[in-house]
Amino acid sequence: MSFIKTFMNGEEGLFKSETLTPMQKLTLRFVVVGLIYFGFVVIEGMLMRLYEVKPLPFITEPQFFAILTAHPLVGIFGSTYSIVFGAFLFLVPFLMKKPLWSIKLGNWTLILVAVGTFIFWFAGFVSHYAPLYTLYWPLPADFTQFSVWGGTFFIVGIALVMVGSAFFVINIFKTITYTPDGWEKQPSKALLASALGITGFRNLFTKNKEEHLVPLPVAAVARGSVDVALNTAIILFTGVLILVFMVAAIMGFDLKSTAIDALLYKNWFWWGLDLIADGLVLIFVAGTWYLLAMMISGKPLFMQNIARAALLVELVVSWTVWSHHLLSDQAQPAYLKVLSGEMVTAFELITQGLAFFITLATLWSARPLKMTNPLKFLLGGLLGFALAVPAGIMQADVGLNRILHNTQWIVGPHVHVAILVGLTMTLYSAIYILFPLLTNGAKLYSQKLANIHFWCHLIGGIGMGAFMGMAGLNGMLRRSLYINGEFNTYMILAALSGTLLLIGFLVFFYNIVMSVGIKGVIGIFTPAKIKTKELIASN
Amino acid sequence: MVDSKVVLTGQTLAYTFYCIVIILLVAWFAIKVTGKGKGLAVKPAIFYTFVGFLTVLGVSLHLITFNTIPWAEMDLNRSDYKPDKTFVIKVKDHQFIMPSEKLVINVNDKVLFDVQSEDLTYGFGLFRNDNSMMFQMQVVPGHRNDLLWQFDREGVYTIRSTEYSGPKGVFMILKDAVKVIPANTTN
Repeated sequence: MSFIKTFMNGEEGLFKSETLTPMQKLTLRFVVVGLIYFGFVVIEGMLMRLYEVKPLPFITEPQFFAILTAHPLVGIFGSTYSIVFGAFLFLVPFLMKKPLWSIKLGNWTLILVAVGTFIFWFAGFVSHYAPLYTLYWPLPADFTQFSVWGGTFFIVGIALVMVGSAFFVINIFKTITYTPDGWEKQPSKALLASALGITGFRNLFTKNKEEHLVPLPVAAVARGSVDVALNTAIILFTGVLILVFMVAAIMGFDLKSTAIDALLYKNWFWWGLDLIADGLVLIFVAGTWYLLAMMISGKPLFMQNIARAALLVELVVSWTVWSHHLLSDQAQPAYLKVLSGEMVTAFELITQGLAFFITLATLWSARPLKMTNPLKFLLGGLLGFALAVPAGIMQADVGLNRILHNTQWIVGPHVHVAILVGLTMTLYSAIYILFPLLTNGAKLYSQKLANIHFWCHLIGGIGMGAFMGMAGLNGMLRRSLYINGEFNTYMILAALSGTLLLIGFLVFFYNIVMSVGIKGVIGIFTPAKIKTKELIASN
Repeated sequence: MVDSKVVLTGQTLAYTFYCIVIILLVAWFAIKVTGKGKGLAVKPAIFYTFVGFLTVLGVSLHLITFNTIPWAEMDLNRSDYKPDKTFVIKVKDHQFIMPSEKLVINVNDKVLFDVQSEDLTYGFGLFRNDNSMMFQMQVVPGHRNDLLWQFDREGVYTIRSTEYSGPKGVFMILKDAVKVIPANTTN
């Protein structure tokens, strides 16, 4: 097959978009949007990395900080939320063996996340609104530094993403509990209790154990979705609060920014944000590891009951760890620093350690395994979290935080290694394993390119984290600029690692486009001709 | 009090060692799980031992640092200490407003930095000449931001805001603003 033919029709012309169900198309649309935004993030990351080495003539300083503000939000919402929402909106009905509650609501989630992300990114790009994702009060309402109109659109964009997230949560819980047309009445309450872990908790205290009605990965999705819902409420509330100040400024009123207590706001903000960073990410990732381990090995999960219990513990932990972000805030009560900031946070070492061990033990029970793409990326994802979680535990310490807080150590070995290596490689593993399922058996264009993607991503991700970490240990701050080249050696090495990440992403994107063809990519966005329910009925 | 650089060196060594071990472990697993052999179930005893190990590690890390990093205890109980010197520093409009041009400190003195913000959230950090960090804290408006520190050696330090407060915050640097001199020197 010629290059042009493959480019147009995909590898061996096997991908036929007209054979896809609405559910498959919905998931693939999420994946495409998520990957495009991942491309944004990689390019933005590279621009910032180069700017850290030497200021670029086409980027002004306010623009640098606007990129720094949008970068993590585009990564979390535009890319990760898209891919995760798409995968779970496919997997929950797939594992529950019933159709998604509402395809229409799923499509609205996609539209709101994609459009909302573009709006806040574009608002930042045009107006340089840059209070940073932390939004430390009263900075977001400081209109001597930022445009009030830019900020208004920025917040509206975030709000749209949050509405989309709320739709996702509704769709997930309705899919678990509803009764499809023509089906026998489903035990909604029992399904919900099983999904949230209440059944498992009751089983601890009764002789007659109730069976788990919901598969373990679905339980993980449900529990992570609780954190998505709580986080959505917090961010929406915060957005409305900031909008009040902005709308007042537009109308010519200057509201008193000191009416909001800065430390209380900081606690509120980090409580909400940790529902993502230390909540849904860890729960979703653990659930995905379990599912991948079972799919790759074909074996039941090792210590399944403990794994279920650990997911519940992780949910509770995620509500009580926020204070590790405030160890350098001297007005924060000492008991919160020690209990929430240190002790509860240390539980994450245990819950993530359990998930790590259970996943490896499940794989081990099926050896010898073939080193497939899903397996190698899963191992990469496991390694990423094994490196990043202890780095986080170290900084969540009253003593060490005094010399690590707000340095590149936090964003390097902890944040970037967790997200780029741990989370993203887990998502890549899921994409590779779901690829044949979602495309009705399309063939990957090149295994060699998949291998290049793996090594570039793994080495680039760990390398970037390591060099940022070294800079941090030598005093380089995050959220800052060094215009005299004080840390250039580390930044150049981190930029080289970033280049590997960029190469890996481009290779992966090319490989996927060549696998499904341009016609296939366009076909994903056209209306489906087959109904999901019809397909389930025929099976 | 031990210099914070010593603590950082210890942490660097410990984390680097851990990284090497975990990378080798995952590499070993990747080779073994795809190599010749029979799939065997892992014994629950190994699992529970691992859980116990993680629990001990998670709890003991903070106990060890609390008892070995000197400023940890002093920081949590700083109201029990009487500082040898107190510096009140105000921050407003992205400027540090100092009590004097240079803050002069004797070696081994316990010094309280009381930093007050009148508008935004800032940071307050001391940096050595090689740009490495001595310590830092957040400076939150409307709240007390005080840090007690004991300097164990002579040196000249730069003050820098360690928290983002908008693009203007990048330039919140006071070069060589703190000078630590021998204990027997009158200042």
